[in-house]
Amino acid sequence: MSAVQAATPFETVRTPDPANRPIKVHTAKVKVTYGQKEALHGVSIDIAEKAVTAFIGPSGCGKSTFLRCINRMNDTIAGARVEGKITLDEQDIYDPDLDVVELRARVGMVFQKPNPFPKSIFDNVAYGPRIHGLARSKADLEEIVVTSLQKASLFNEVKDRLSEPGTSLSGGQQQRLCIARAIAVSPEVILMDEPCSALDPIATAKVEELIDELRANFTIVIVTHSMQQAARVSQRTAFFHLGHLIEEGPTDHVFTNPLEQRTQDYITGRFG
Amino acid sequence: MGPLWLLALIAGLSFFGFVLGHWKSVVLSGKARGALAARPGYYGAYVLIWTAIPALLILVALSVGRPFLIEHTVRVNLPAQVLTNAQQLSLEVSGVEQVAAGLKLVTPEELEDIRIGVVAARSVFARHGLPLGEDVKPYQLMAAGTLNLVSDGLDTAIDAAVVAALAFGLIFAFVRVKPRLRARNLVENTILALMIAASSVAILTTVGIVLSLLFQALQFFSMVSPANFYLGTVWDPRFAAAGSTESGQFGFLPLFWGTLYISFFAMLVAVPIGLYSAIYMAEYAGSKVRSTAKPLIEILAGIPTIVYGFFALTTVGPLIRDYVALPLGLGTSGNNVLTAGLVMGIMIIPYVSSLSDDIITAVPRSLRDGSLALGATRSETTRLVILPAALPGVVGAVLLAMSRAIGETMIVVLAAGVAARASLNPFEEMTTITVKIVNQLTGDLEFTSPQTLVAFALGLTLFVITLGLNVLALTIVRKYREQYE
Repeated sequence: MSAVQAATPFETVRTPDPANRPIKVHTAKVKVTYGQKEALHGVSIDIAEKAVTAFIGPSGCGKSTFLRCINRMNDTIAGARVEGKITLDEQDIYDPDLDVVELRARVGMVFQKPNPFPKSIFDNVAYGPRIHGLARSKADLEEIVVTSLQKASLFNEVKDRLSEPGTSLSGGQQQRLCIARAIAVSPEVILMDEPCSALDPIATAKVEELIDELRANFTIVIVTHSMQQAARVSQRTAFFHLGHLIEEGPTDHVFTNPLEQRTQDYITGRFG
Repeated sequence: MGPLWLLALIAGLSFFGFVLGHWKSVVLSGKARGALAARPGYYGAYVLIWTAIPALLILVALSVGRPFLIEHTVRVNLPAQVLTNAQQLSLEVSGVEQVAAGLKLVTPEELEDIRIGVVAARSVFARHGLPLGEDVKPYQLMAAGTLNLVSDGLDTAIDAAVVAALAFGLIFAFVRVKPRLRARNLVENTILALMIAASSVAILTTVGIVLSLLFQALQFFSMVSPANFYLGTVWDPRFAAAGSTESGQFGFLPLFWGTLYISFFAMLVAVPIGLYSAIYMAEYAGSKVRSTAKPLIEILAGIPTIVYGFFALTTVGPLIRDYVALPLGLGTSGNNVLTAGLVMGIMIIPYVSSLSDDIITAVPRSLRDGSLALGATRSETTRLVILPAALPGVVGAVLLAMSRAIGETMIVVLAAGVAARASLNPFEEMTTITVKIVNQLTGDLEFTSPQTLVAFALGLTLFVITLGLNVLALTIVRKYREQYE
């Protein structure tokens, strides 16, 4: 780890985890280039298991790009190249032998804009389990769907209309449906890319509450533009700026006592 | 002045009007900003519109009305015994028009000779390069003289009216150009009117075509009952001599079956190939491959159908006959349904693939990402998310291709033959509605015989079928379009 840091021309300021949680995702010197442009200049971070890690930073700082490396969604973008090392439970996820489809079943993702499929609510949630053959019987599948909807705190609102299209729900419900859809394949990590940016404050509060509950079972990484949100839901916070990871540490520490001037400036609203 | 000169005059004066209006507005504004209600160009256009449009309308109206006025003059001057014979009348009118044209060619001396009867008008006209069918009768000469007078008078009247309209429009508009004149609104309204006129031309043409089809078809149905036509199983329109009562049988079903059967094979080829290539283009191919391959596929749509016909006749037909039909003992003809279906299918591949490609590409990226992020492969994503979302559009594309297949003629003539037959064997000759329409109309027959009129009944039926398909396609697309939005 120290060798890696020494080789990095940029030094990230780190504050260790007082709770000393085990590491779920480890990344070292991750660089991402789109065509000729380097968007990330070597990001190294350890993401703690069963905790919420928030990525904050101004627009275009590379936090979403970095997030999309963790389940290799950058593979789907033509011209994107990823260098460096990312491991999930000490397994290299860019190993050519690794099946990217399997990786994405282990690392789920929730997007900025709710993107339910144009199918029924039930089929939306059942989509992943069906593909991966997680249910042995119809009853099995129904149980998975119901449990996932319950975990996403959506079941009570939709239990009478599971056959209606997912697109008929409100924005906040759609986003919780997408979370239920991600939970249904029992991932270990859930990546959330500004999950509340398209939602109103009430829906946002519900999703935040949900994230807090999900922490008990999943490792969550959330990209957010809202400092309050990061402070409310996360245990650890990482601040990105211009493709560099500037500072990372326990959330209360980063927000109350940042070690870096730029972090201080950003969270107090001096830029960004 | 002829109409061309008038048009040139209108164009010239309108341009002049534009310059004038522009100039006046600039002078009036005194180069101060905000003094004008519109930019100078609009004042120019204002004068231009006032100059050109009324004059053009008058020119068009008078030019359209001119033949009617002239025919009326001729009739008035014809003797009563000619007027009573309705069938003869149109011949007489055109005869008088020819004489009138001849009178313009002859010299005054010759004219005098004709009038006093020294020489026959026919020989004089012939010398000037205008052969006539028969000798000129005195009343024709009279009528022709009046006709020439009236038509000259009309020409002068048209000239005068157009010039007056031009002058009035130009001066009126020029006087009205003032700084607070809302010239933009007039220009805007004129453009709107032009657009409405353009779209009504398209709509009215459709209505006209349908009506002409309808009347002729009704005439056909007064001779052959619709039940016999739509339920008849034998197509045998004997080309009987004019006036004969024997008219043969006009069974629609063999043609309908042939059309459906050939289209069925065409769709069997075009839908899978078109759809798979669309999916490849939209979901898998890189942008380089896509930008090369897509236009190449679309070239298929640009090949003239007669060329596909050659291809079917000289290559595909014999191949199918020699290697499939003969060994199986199912047919001996190079003209068969299968050949026509295959080649037509190739022709309509781009209709399916190009439209489907656009529709698949229009499915939002977020749906793809959502599916991929759940650990679905690309083909699973395509099959379970993209295609269901794009389905209405794809169905629309397929139906559009199908109406194209149903209306195709040239390939069928060359590849499937002209024998009307209803059979399940795809290696036999069959034919379609459109081929029979061509067949019936290219004979040397009166336009009042059922043998010819049946073409209109067929055309009307075909129109209803393809219209129905198009409406169905549009309804499906419209109903489900917003599903993922």
